[in-house]
Amino acid sequence: MNDEHLIITVASGKGGTGKTTVATNLAATLAWMGQSVLYLDADVEEPNGHIFIKPEIEQEKVITRPVPEVDLEKCNFCGKCSEVCQFHAIVVIKDKVLVFPELCHSCGGCYHICPEKAIVEKPNQIGVVRVGAGNGVSFVEGRLGIGEIVVPPLIRAAKESVSESKTIIVDAPPGTSCPVIEALDGSDYVLLVTEPTPFGLHDLKLVMSLVKELGMPFGVIINRAGNGYREVNSFCRNEGAEVLLEILDDRAIASACSEGRLVVEDNIDYRRNLETLYKKITERVSLERTGNFKR
Amino acid sequence: MKELVILSGKGGTGKTSLVGSIAALAKDNVLVDGDVDAANLYLIARPDIKEKFSFIGSKEAVINQSECNNCGICLDYCRFNAISFKKSGDGSKAEQYLIDQIKCEGCGVCASFCPLGAIEMKDRVSGEWYVSDSRLGPMVHGYLGVGQGNSGKLVTVLREKARQVAREKGQDLIIVDGPPGIGCPAIASLNGADYVLIITEPTLSAFHDLDRLLSLTNHFKIRACICINKCDINAKVAGQIEEYASEKGAGVVGWINYDPAVSRAQADRTTLMEYISNDTTDQIRDLWNKVKHELSDNVSQKE
Repeated sequence: MNDEHLIITVASGKGGTGKTTVATNLAATLAWMGQSVLYLDADVEEPNGHIFIKPEIEQEKVITRPVPEVDLEKCNFCGKCSEVCQFHAIVVIKDKVLVFPELCHSCGGCYHICPEKAIVEKPNQIGVVRVGAGNGVSFVEGRLGIGEIVVPPLIRAAKESVSESKTIIVDAPPGTSCPVIEALDGSDYVLLVTEPTPFGLHDLKLVMSLVKELGMPFGVIINRAGNGYREVNSFCRNEGAEVLLEILDDRAIASACSEGRLVVEDNIDYRRNLETLYKKITERVSLERTGNFKR
Repeated sequence: MKELVILSGKGGTGKTSLVGSIAALAKDNVLVDGDVDAANLYLIARPDIKEKFSFIGSKEAVINQSECNNCGICLDYCRFNAISFKKSGDGSKAEQYLIDQIKCEGCGVCASFCPLGAIEMKDRVSGEWYVSDSRLGPMVHGYLGVGQGNSGKLVTVLREKARQVAREKGQDLIIVDGPPGIGCPAIASLNGADYVLIITEPTLSAFHDLDRLLSLTNHFKIRACICINKCDINAKVAGQIEEYASEKGAGVVGWINYDPAVSRAQADRTTLMEYISNDTTDQIRDLWNKVKHELSDNVSQKE
């Protein structure tokens, strides 16, 4: 990646604040401005971006991670694999070895430690990465297999499938735990989407502290604004966090989203606001890159 | 004793708000906030904390720099990009091997293979949890520090404690406010549950996520029913969800209109049920009556 590329990650603390709405509409807006843009759906548990981007899928890759398989002919049941495993994913009982792939973190500990070289690592499917394009936007999506619990490797795999685009919009999962960390990794700028409610504020505080700890430049979007609850604004002011945009609660927007329509198709104001937002982001990232941003 | 878990797939459909109102209606229940990544229920439940516990989610690797000889074997073995060789920034050594605690998975491989034993695996306190009293019933909730993993483990701890509290207090219902998604914490919240109530909304996104969540509940063979929240946003999609639900054998037991009073109640730190009496609260009452019926059906089916 050279300095020309820009990775903007859209995150929130609370689910349902409008990450995917903002991410997909921003991607479409940039595409219609003539930019080379890619939308990456990193919410691999519940990827919804495809509903709005409507991509034609060109490629679907199966993503696996290594999970131990024991050759019982070579195994002497010493139990060292079981001892080294921090996740109880491999257990030795008398003359049996049980492997629980769903608990395995693919650290390779058992594989390396086995004195008899009785363990090999076999690929275990966790999900798929789908690649395509729609609405002028390049599209990559990670999609977790039902029942799988290990998420970060799939997000990493989705990121590896990203083609050379000038701007990459990453649609992160909600929350603040390891999937979100993985999605945020490598971001040039983070957009935090929140809503003006106590739940929205509470979770914004969590995700903002995470982004600050990671040292990433960020800005806040208050979605569904206009209900008179101003605590989010006060909080941002006190934290020196810039509120880049307030999107008023609008039944027409809710209706469009409910049917999977891009808001920017019909709403010129929304589109103009996203264009302005993008300009602000590029200016800020430019300052960061040239070391001119004063904290 | 029965355990009712409330999930959604998609975030923001209104789980926590509805859990609050249901808990206000229910009697003899223990409340669990299973959304440990972004635990909001306490904001409207206002629990009175009685006990506090540290949550040790995993271990973390720490390099003892005075014993380290910079051989770099740890970096070779680490699969999580958690180890790097760079200046520590405190001016003491030119460059050294450093472990990024956010990326460290706690697998212990580096410690196992360090030829000098210079890496120690320490307990990582990654959160805190509480047992409380509240006007909505005894409550078990907790939080994970930002960037921490093992949310599923904490959810499991909370549910186990809730069962213990329910037994001690003679409560016969545990209500779990679940997390969004279908990954680790969601699975940890529904494993072994008696019944799942899925809160959805009439949008294509929520519909898509509902489908994935139902695949998950089927995978674990747990009965599920559906409540369409904010049902008046889009009658067409609401109808599609109803049709889909009947095909999947997961009945729709609740239809609740979008109501701005929900946010006002939240700002007042209370549940809608306690804040106001209107059509929406009637709808929630209907929902709860149907869910109670499903729960008692469930018991007779097991027998």
